[in-house]
Amino acid sequence: MLERGEVANSWRRERWDSLRLLTPNWQSRLPGHHYEGPDPDGYMTMGEVVEFIERFAAVARAPVRTGTNVTSVRRADDGYRVTTSGGEIHCRAVVIASGACNQPTVPRFADAVPASVTQLTPFGYRSPSELPDGGVLVVGASATGVQLAAELRRSGRPVILSVGEHVRLPRLYRGRDVLWWMDASGIWDQRHDEVDDLTRARRLPSPQLVGTPERGTLDLNALTAMGVELVGRWAAVRDGKALFSGGLRNVFSLADLKMRRLLDTFDDWAKEHGRDAEVDPPERFAPTHVPESARWQLDLASGEIRTIVWATGYRPDYGWLDVPVVDEKGRLRHEGGVVDSPGLYALGLPVLRRRKSTFIHGIEDDAGEVIDHLTRHLAGNR
Amino acid sequence: MTTIDNGVNVQALLDAREVLKGAPEAAQFTWRASSKWENGVHSTTKIQNFFGLGQEQSHKSETVFTADHPEVFAAEDNGITPIEYLLVGLASCLTAGVASVAQNRGIQLRSVESTVEGNHDIRGILGADSDVRNGFNDIKVTFTIDADASQEDIEALVAQSQKRSAVFDALTNPTNVTVEVA
Repeated sequence: MLERGEVANSWRRERWDSLRLLTPNWQSRLPGHHYEGPDPDGYMTMGEVVEFIERFAAVARAPVRTGTNVTSVRRADDGYRVTTSGGEIHCRAVVIASGACNQPTVPRFADAVPASVTQLTPFGYRSPSELPDGGVLVVGASATGVQLAAELRRSGRPVILSVGEHVRLPRLYRGRDVLWWMDASGIWDQRHDEVDDLTRARRLPSPQLVGTPERGTLDLNALTAMGVELVGRWAAVRDGKALFSGGLRNVFSLADLKMRRLLDTFDDWAKEHGRDAEVDPPERFAPTHVPESARWQLDLASGEIRTIVWATGYRPDYGWLDVPVVDEKGRLRHEGGVVDSPGLYALGLPVLRRRKSTFIHGIEDDAGEVIDHLTRHLAGNR
Repeated sequence: MTTIDNGVNVQALLDAREVLKGAPEAAQFTWRASSKWENGVHSTTKIQNFFGLGQEQSHKSETVFTADHPEVFAAEDNGITPIEYLLVGLASCLTAGVASVAQNRGIQLRSVESTVEGNHDIRGILGADSDVRNGFNDIKVTFTIDADASQEDIEALVAQSQKRSAVFDALTNPTNVTVEVA
């Protein structure tokens, strides 16, 4: 196992200070290793995640070579030649487990933002105290965007949140963590070959969730109540002005409708499986409140906004992969983790084999199946 | 499942989507209109030809649109106001979307009606107040749909129609417009 830095490197270096896991502690489990602390319904801080993964590496006696950066993987006669900062390795199979979030993505028009405005991505952001005083424009309303908008607002700054398509979820539903429902009702186990629109499922932004001791919901209504101003998707910069989409109302409708449909699925499951008695009665949440009139432009040079935080998603970095298996959008071409080059595999990508593929506990089933394929490949290759 | 028919050939659209995924150049269309000044603020615009799927295409016949301004604008009112054509475009695009999405989702439509209202402060175009914009301040579309579906499914149809609407996008998002003198 090659690790460019230390075990749990991205959890150590590429996360903001206040972040906690979105999954409750009881759900954080790896083969033979699970949470044993006093708060199964809580959410791990980054320090706790690092400890958890370090402990797993020790328990599993994983042969990790830390501080080993991979600079190239290319095909060799019967396998691959891997060039690393610690020398070359020849191997017959390679499993890519470098994740889908190696680089923050930022729209091209970021170049047109006046230099007087500080721009940050989640990789550069640590806490509100490091930002200039004054207003902040947070772009993107996935888990990252809503969490940063909330903590920046709590720091006393005026915050504007630019909202495109998003996934709305309550933290608790009928008294249980919404991720308990995802797990128990079987939605997370839906396989990649059963999902209606796999491309869409793989591109879905992370749900509007936050892990806090209060187990509170952090949807757009919660942000509005805190005084965060909502504007539409940021579409362009023209004459030093940010132009936002006038379609805000519809992205609210889409998210509200999808959430309601998901809650219906949970209710149907509970009824069908006789689980109604152990959970609270069904509930429905108020539709997302539409602002009286959302502004569709903002003068970036006026000083109203001093900082922009781009929470506009991440992309994988395959710059080191010298095998032609990356599509025109920079995504790995694979079928359930079996990459389109013999002996090359992937793990830990969105909906790799199941909806839960990118969650800590979700990789176990995927890994079993991918490694099955890998061992058959090695056996057949002899 | 009983066969539902809203008159939309969804299969052809789904097939086209698959083909064009691998052929982005064929997906490049250019829509064209030619306009001619008549007199006053009255003009005539004709549409027949367009480009797409890699070649010149043509509507079955030419359509002629007359635009003018109403008498309260001291004009002759030979036709609708140009900004009203945006309402025509929006309503027809969203309606087409509702029918297509309904067909794709197996929902039989019985009637789809909508009203579109665009609020417009004309002090902008008159130059009476430079803080007032020229275009619509806001637009409201109200659909009344009779279909074999729940209220929630109907709302989802309308939401998905907006999500995939060319005119909704063109109105809600900025577009680069170049106007030249030949």
